[in-house]
Amino acid sequence: MSAVRLLAIGWVLHFKMLSRSSFNSVLGVVYPLFFATVAFFLFREGSPHALLYASLGASVMGIWSATSTAAGGALQRERWHGTLELLVAAPAHFSLVMLPVTLAMSTIGIYSMAATLLWGRLVFGISLHIAHPLLFCLAVPVTIVSIGMCGFLLAVSFVRYRTAWALGNLLEYPVWLICGFLVPLSLFPGWVRPISWLLAPTWGMRAIREAAIGGSALPDIGMCAGLGAAYTLIGVLVVGRLLHSARARATLSLT
Amino acid sequence: MTPVPRAVVEVRDLRRTYRTSTGVFRRRSVEIEAVRGVSFEIGEGELFGLLGPNGAGKTTTIKMLITLLIPTSGTARVLGLDVVKDSREVRKRIGYVFGGERGLYERLSALDNLRYFAELYAVPPREQKPRIEALLELVGLKGREKERVEGYSRGMRQRLHIARGILHDPPVVFLDEPTIGVDPVGARELRATIASLAEAGKTVLLTTHYMFEADSLCDRIAVINKGEIVAEGTPRDLKSIVADKTVVEIETFGIAEETIEKLRNAPGVASISIEERDQAQVLLVQSAKGLELTQTLLAMLEGTTVGRVAAREPTLEDAYVALVDTAA
Repeated sequence: MSAVRLLAIGWVLHFKMLSRSSFNSVLGVVYPLFFATVAFFLFREGSPHALLYASLGASVMGIWSATSTAAGGALQRERWHGTLELLVAAPAHFSLVMLPVTLAMSTIGIYSMAATLLWGRLVFGISLHIAHPLLFCLAVPVTIVSIGMCGFLLAVSFVRYRTAWALGNLLEYPVWLICGFLVPLSLFPGWVRPISWLLAPTWGMRAIREAAIGGSALPDIGMCAGLGAAYTLIGVLVVGRLLHSARARATLSLT
Repeated sequence: MTPVPRAVVEVRDLRRTYRTSTGVFRRRSVEIEAVRGVSFEIGEGELFGLLGPNGAGKTTTIKMLITLLIPTSGTARVLGLDVVKDSREVRKRIGYVFGGERGLYERLSALDNLRYFAELYAVPPREQKPRIEALLELVGLKGREKERVEGYSRGMRQRLHIARGILHDPPVVFLDEPTIGVDPVGARELRATIASLAEAGKTVLLTTHYMFEADSLCDRIAVINKGEIVAEGTPRDLKSIVADKTVVEIETFGIAEETIEKLRNAPGVASISIEERDQAQVLLVQSAKGLELTQTLLAMLEGTTVGRVAAREPTLEDAYVALVDTAA
């Protein structure tokens, strides 16, 4: 029960902090609109189906960007402000401390999704016809939570390595490509596909599109949720070792 | 080492080495020994001071005790628990407060900061509200608790740090330079809060630069320099190190380095330290008691503008300067 309370209160307070950052807010407002505009121009000669494909892809791009780059930045900020040491020095399991931080980041991505779809509707006239609204409403939160859990796995490594925050930025664009946000996976060489299958956003993206066009989204939702759970499990299992290593190598603070 | 009541903190030959790399293409690994075999004990309910100049190893020692750093060698136990093997159990029983601007969530209110840490320390939900209110009262932040921390003064932040550090009512509290950078009135209030922790029966380890603070608050003090403890005892014990000395304070303006060196080597001078006070450089010259050096010193200062001159009894600060100078 106390673990659930810690997760919930951690999520609320970190969400509050993220939404109060004017820098992040401006980026959060502007970025999705750029993503959406680029995607719509790329696909505007295509069919309405292609435009919907682009619109949904751009919306998940925003969720991924909000998590991958923000996870590194937020951890570095915790380190810079001296709060990372306090979080580690607390008796709570570090997974219960970190998970709400990254879940709060991916929740910010909901705005990104809504803004992208609205921008497409208002500026480019793309109608968002969802064939299976219930499955769509299930696929979106599962994707957000799974991306948050992926962010958790990244954040755990950021705690150990002082400069790993840059990895978050580095991962932003490749994941757009290999998870099929804008380009179908079938266009990539065969060796890329196993990597894509290991990434929850691939399945989340597929689930959202399948739900929108009337396909069977449930297997993709299951895969996305399963991978999210696997990331969490791996994070929980390795966090102890990584923290021990961080304490041995003195990487928790900047000095 | 002075015998202490039931030891709550036991440190034995604690060492910590940092490894850093320099260079871009030809990287060289450099090892820095920050703490070199430190040993001390803190008794139950004792307020123990760790004094030392910047880079002496105070913060590294505290970070090993609060489980944030793993010692390179040696052992440290808090309430009988090993800080490496039983780190989680140690964390439940200690509070940690550090000085300065860092360590708070600026975009949250004081209340939200305290709520969050109450959860992290598993304070039972029913106890959280009354405890937070009592602590806000104790540290004088009642009525300002809903404001964002980013608008707080340094003194207010420091008081919030203390409230956060003792939120879970730990029996042992580590305070790392809690009054650093706080204005005199704020620092006095903080010292009163620290004294009240000791009165409440908590065991406190305090690191500070300010000698008068250590003198007025601590039951016992250890002086650390270059990673080693150079003296340990009550403030009175440490003052006795310089009991056979007298101190002459000479206010000078624009004194040259060579003149200071000449004074340092003058017969009868035990040590000299310099304090910058606005435009003036105040020389604190220690010499053997009964030795009349004032006239000799003033003669050597010919050509330098001299202000006030006074002789006085040595303080804890003089003892500290003598200890650090001897170890240098």
